[in-house]
Amino acid sequence: MQSLDALAREAVALAGGGSPVDEVARQMQICNACRYCETFCAVFPAMTRRLEFGAGDVHYLANLCHNCGACLHACQYAPPHEFAVNVPRAMAQVRRETYAEYAWPRAFGALYRRNGLVLALATAGGLALFLVLLLASRGTLGHAPLAGDFYAIFPHAMLGWMFGAAFLFATLALAIGAARFWRGQAPGPVSGGAVAEAARNALALTYLDGGHGDGCNEEDDAFTLARRRWHHFTFYGFLLCFAATCVATLYHYGLGRPAPYPLTSLPVLLGTLGGIGLLVGPAGLMWLNLRRHPLHGDPRQRPMDRAFTVLLFATSLTGLALLALRGTGAMALLLAIHLGTVLALFLTLPYGKFAHAVYRVAALLKYQVERRQASRLQLGSD
Amino acid sequence: MAVSRPLAYSSPMHDVLVIGGGNAALCAALMAREAGASVLLLEASPREWRGGNSQHTRNLRCMHDAPQDVLVDAYPEEEFWQDLLKVTGGRTDERLARLVIRASSTCRPWMRRHGVRFQPSLAGTLHLSRTNAFFMGGGKALVNAYYRSAQALGVEIRYEAPVDRLELRDGRFVAAYANGQRIEARACVLAAGGFESNREWLREAWGRNERGEWPADNFLIRGTRFNQGVLIRHMMEQRADIIGDPTQAHCVAIDARAPLYDGGIVTRVDAVSLGVMVNRDALRFYDEGEDFWPKRYAIWGRLVALQPGQVGYCIIDSKAIGRFMPPVFPGVKADTLDELARALGLPQEAFLRTLGAYNAACRVGRFDHTVLDDCHTEGLAPPKTHWARPVDQPPFFGYALRPGITFTYLGLKTDDRARVYFGGAPSANLFVAGEMMAGNVLGQGYTAGVGMSIGTAFGRIAGTQAARAALQEGVHAVA
Repeated sequence: MQSLDALAREAVALAGGGSPVDEVARQMQICNACRYCETFCAVFPAMTRRLEFGAGDVHYLANLCHNCGACLHACQYAPPHEFAVNVPRAMAQVRRETYAEYAWPRAFGALYRRNGLVLALATAGGLALFLVLLLASRGTLGHAPLAGDFYAIFPHAMLGWMFGAAFLFATLALAIGAARFWRGQAPGPVSGGAVAEAARNALALTYLDGGHGDGCNEEDDAFTLARRRWHHFTFYGFLLCFAATCVATLYHYGLGRPAPYPLTSLPVLLGTLGGIGLLVGPAGLMWLNLRRHPLHGDPRQRPMDRAFTVLLFATSLTGLALLALRGTGAMALLLAIHLGTVLALFLTLPYGKFAHAVYRVAALLKYQVERRQASRLQLGSD
Repeated sequence: MAVSRPLAYSSPMHDVLVIGGGNAALCAALMAREAGASVLLLEASPREWRGGNSQHTRNLRCMHDAPQDVLVDAYPEEEFWQDLLKVTGGRTDERLARLVIRASSTCRPWMRRHGVRFQPSLAGTLHLSRTNAFFMGGGKALVNAYYRSAQALGVEIRYEAPVDRLELRDGRFVAAYANGQRIEARACVLAAGGFESNREWLREAWGRNERGEWPADNFLIRGTRFNQGVLIRHMMEQRADIIGDPTQAHCVAIDARAPLYDGGIVTRVDAVSLGVMVNRDALRFYDEGEDFWPKRYAIWGRLVALQPGQVGYCIIDSKAIGRFMPPVFPGVKADTLDELARALGLPQEAFLRTLGAYNAACRVGRFDHTVLDDCHTEGLAPPKTHWARPVDQPPFFGYALRPGITFTYLGLKTDDRARVYFGGAPSANLFVAGEMMAGNVLGQGYTAGVGMSIGTAFGRIAGTQAARAALQEGVHAVA
């Protein structure tokens, strides 16, 4: 029975795992032989189209995973089983590598690894910059009320250039990352139907519904739609704030109507609604994050997740405070704080939790493309 | 209840005590609680291993007369019954079997109410899309849902509470002992599983073969380590009526590298019909292509158990890759058959002779794995009657296989009210469900999902009956 002993040793060695990519490949080999979780999400149907899991497949599947937790709680091989299958964690650990590996500029990829620190530094730097600018322009942090005229503090052109550049940089960096990722995947021709369904999956967060509509897991094996709802608040809040900025830009250049805008104007209404969403959403997500089951996700990424959530919350809080107090002598200070926070958010977008959005959408699109192709496998029945 | 109890029994008396923590036990606990009884459930395992073999299951065989959500077409009672009759070779009780079959057609809305979710048959299981309703996430998700529901309904649950004996009086349940604690209840449901995890018992049941080996020493247990059969043995000692043969077990050939317990479904190797099987002496011993794999996988455990060393080797070439469900462990790979024999520790000369004879005997027609094709051997013993293609395209792969026990059939005799019998007389307040009585319906053989059908049907009956017995007794006591 020596050969059997050797086989057993090999099996144990296999279970030891190596890099995060190897670990996902190991777990997918187990999942692919089981398949009980097939309808929870897109990861498992994508898995069944494969027999082997190379690095490209692993990055794809990892970014398709929404970390909902359903497969972990349902898993007959989850710890303390010796197979130690924890797909959400293994996938999260690979995502961190995806974000770092595909980042542009490549050297900045390392920032992911120290994301909490980077966010803190960027925020502090952004704030300091605007406070110094404020002091340099006025010699004081306080002032007599200016009836909400931001541009009396910081000229519009200066803000436009600064934030325009930061925004373009973030967009470019993320787009290049996504393009690199996509090139590594080569899923074949993309149809309109695939795009539409991927967009719907992203916008509706289809794969946070657990496959049965009851939702995903948080602190235990019970299902809840809470994460999906808080994420919707966050995402659509973010979108509304962005829309407010776009409309205001249009007002400024197109209609020649510079800020400040009245409370009932479109930019302020959009911004206020978005701001509320961006307060409620991140607060809810943070609350859930603090209560998540200890086996969910990658513990090393929690600082990154939380820092990003806090920054979103701070962006909205400072923005709404600025709106509320724009007629007072604290406007300049609040404006400096808000702009500093927003600048930090923009500059760190490509190197933080936000990156999940682009890789997730790319993976969803690949899934929809691939799903429409015939499988190459002709597996017999089990 | 107005009845005073001796002070020594400080824990409040429950109406229904459920012993076990898998599907049947949970169904019983939920039904008893829904019927108004107070329920205590004792699970032998720690919380993370709860659910017994149910955590490894994936579906429920369901009768239905028309398409239903995840089930296509129809699977009428008579067809289900005929299937059961065939797989058991007649070793079944028609009345109880039909009871299970009918119950399987109505239980799913109840299961859904308690949080169980269903999904269409999985990739690679199309042959079950008509007959079996798959649990979304598998059996552990089902078990989780039932525990959540039980907790929400106020069922008291204790983990790490293995019951080792009962206190019976004239065929009536009085109390159970767990961790030395005496636990009284007005009625009791036994749903603590079979004895398949008890390796000593398996050793004794299988005995010694003509080669002087103890075959059961080389068996792996596919499911939980907690089905030690303590209560079955205790009930035998208490002279409860017993059914089934202890040497009968559902036995599958699984990857020899599988863990001793809880390997579950992934350790199966579905490549047997695509290649050849040889034993330790590198000799073939059975027709690998007799029938479709889903119809034949369950015979290979016993076939391998009869081989020297209780080991078999499934040998395939690269033509088979991509044609069978991926196994959990990669096969041993080699570029030549010679090398493969060496890597597997098989006698090289005999191996090459066996493979050579097989390859020469193959009459390849139109290979089609989805039908009983015309590829077969000629002049070979034993023959391979379908899908016979020479094993000649490197690289070659080999998988060592061992018998894997899924469950045992030995259990307590029961009736349509799930009552435990003593000397032909039913107990008034002791009931049985799940693997502990599955042998009444399934005297031998198996067909996918029928264990869960039996567990669900009899768990629900046992829970209802136990609640009725307990509440009636309560009424008498108050009166």
